[in-house]
Amino acid sequence: MKHYLLSIQQPDGGPPSPEVLEPIMREVGAFNEELRAAGAWVFAGGLHEPSTATVVRVQDGEALVTDGPYTEGKEHVGGLTIVRASDLDAALEWGRKLARAVTLPVEVRPFQGETGDHLP
Amino acid sequence: MTPGAPDVLVSDVERVFREEYGRAVAVLVRRFGDIDVAEEAVQEAFVAAVRRWPSDGMPPSPAGWIIATAGNRAVDRHRREASREDRHAQAALLHTPDEPAEEGAVRDDRLRLLFTCCHPALAPAARVALTLRLLGGLTTAEIARAFLVPEATMAQRLVRAKGKIRDARIPYRVPGEADLPARLGAVLTVVYLVFNEGHTASSGDRLGRADLCAEAIRLGRLLVELMPDEPEVTGLLALMLLVESRRTARTGQDGGLVLLADQDRGRWDRGLVAEGQALVRACLRRGRPGPYQIQAAINAVHGDAPDAAATDWRQILRLYDLLLTFDPSPVVALNRAVAVAEVEGPRAALALVDALDLDRYHLRHAVRADLLRRLGRDAEAARAYEAAMARTANASEQAFLHDRHRALTRPGEAEPGGPEFGASEPDEIGAGETEPE
Repeated sequence: MKHYLLSIQQPDGGPPSPEVLEPIMREVGAFNEELRAAGAWVFAGGLHEPSTATVVRVQDGEALVTDGPYTEGKEHVGGLTIVRASDLDAALEWGRKLARAVTLPVEVRPFQGETGDHLP
Repeated sequence: MTPGAPDVLVSDVERVFREEYGRAVAVLVRRFGDIDVAEEAVQEAFVAAVRRWPSDGMPPSPAGWIIATAGNRAVDRHRREASREDRHAQAALLHTPDEPAEEGAVRDDRLRLLFTCCHPALAPAARVALTLRLLGGLTTAEIARAFLVPEATMAQRLVRAKGKIRDARIPYRVPGEADLPARLGAVLTVVYLVFNEGHTASSGDRLGRADLCAEAIRLGRLLVELMPDEPEVTGLLALMLLVESRRTARTGQDGGLVLLADQDRGRWDRGLVAEGQALVRACLRRGRPGPYQIQAAINAVHGDAPDAAATDWRQILRLYDLLLTFDPSPVVALNRAVAVAEVEGPRAALALVDALDLDRYHLRHAVRADLLRRLGRDAEAARAYEAAMARTANASEQAFLHDRHRALTRPGEAEPGGPEFGASEPDEIGAGETEPE
């Protein structure tokens, strides 16, 4: 088994209105339930806006802290889910379901190694 | 040499390589779960064959010999690497893909490998390259030459794609019934892309590259053998055979392009026409038409006509109407307009072509030019030929358009064809399969 990162690609410009967000969150809740029921759930969570990000970098031995985000773009990672899946097809099936739930593109990316390399 | 043993030449080994490389790699990928290991082992086995077969004679089952020898090489290599305690190399080798899980589909390693190579998670150019490499046994240099990219670029493309298959764990499996139609569509697209690249090179000075067409047809035959119940698979093979049957006739003595209407039909390969037409009949009988079957049927109608004037354009127009319901694209509409010109006349066709949003597609301008010429609007026709020339990099097409343009602008020097020049023909203008970029 492998771990895959499902990251939600969210356009910049603040969260949608509550009326839009509410049904999406319901769908995401159902998706997470399905993941758990299938034994594929590892971790999931939504992120605050990129304006809340802080960057730490080491320069000349000093850890420098600056206001984030690290890169400015038109999109940012709005949230992430880590799933356990046998192969890419299985991971893509979860990716499809998540993309439908959040109505945004989802990037599916494999972690290095096997699931056993990451968890006790 | 053993008395009585037949001479085995290097060319015999090459023939076996051509026919069996894909099967051997596919079996080895299943056994060892690693494409690089499989390729290397199969290549080593063929090197051994070149050394052994000329003196020992051809084994009773050359493919079996290659697969067994390659298997031994891969196991040897595995032992060597295991003794080096390279944990990751071991893990990669020992990972056997989860076995069956394929619902009601044919169990064949080559089919699995095809679906892996044509996985939608891979870039389209990488799918084509991987398929030619792993199933066709073409070298990286050959593929690079065929697609007119530097060898280093092609090598990088293949390494990257194989890396993704391994790291993202793209499965080695025939998709289940639910995913099969879409996934099979991707496989057919790859095979047809290979064929089209051979049929009309998108740039460069050679109109056709026969080896790519032959390779595509070989893959098409393999697919029909592996998936005999899929009519679109049969339709694709029929389409390729029918277009291929006209290969020699579509090139003139000067190497230039000859349109279907002007072709010497005595030079068509009648064997390929008959085979293609028989396949069209067989797949249409199943009553599950699709775009490849319809395009094959259109080409089969041409095959029936003893000369251009005898072409049943009404039947072709009906088939284009049907094709538009599956693929309502402007390129199909352009080809349909060519049939409309033959049935209803150039004026009706011109109105259709003018309405198409295809400005960047050279054949739209070439068809328009031909229709304007037939309507006697020579100045406009000349401008349309100029627009077409500006939009293609293919030297044969350039030369063809240039001749037509010169015939209009300097009629005294016009050599070819006389008044009965005929429409640009669906086959020659891409039959709805080549998307304008």
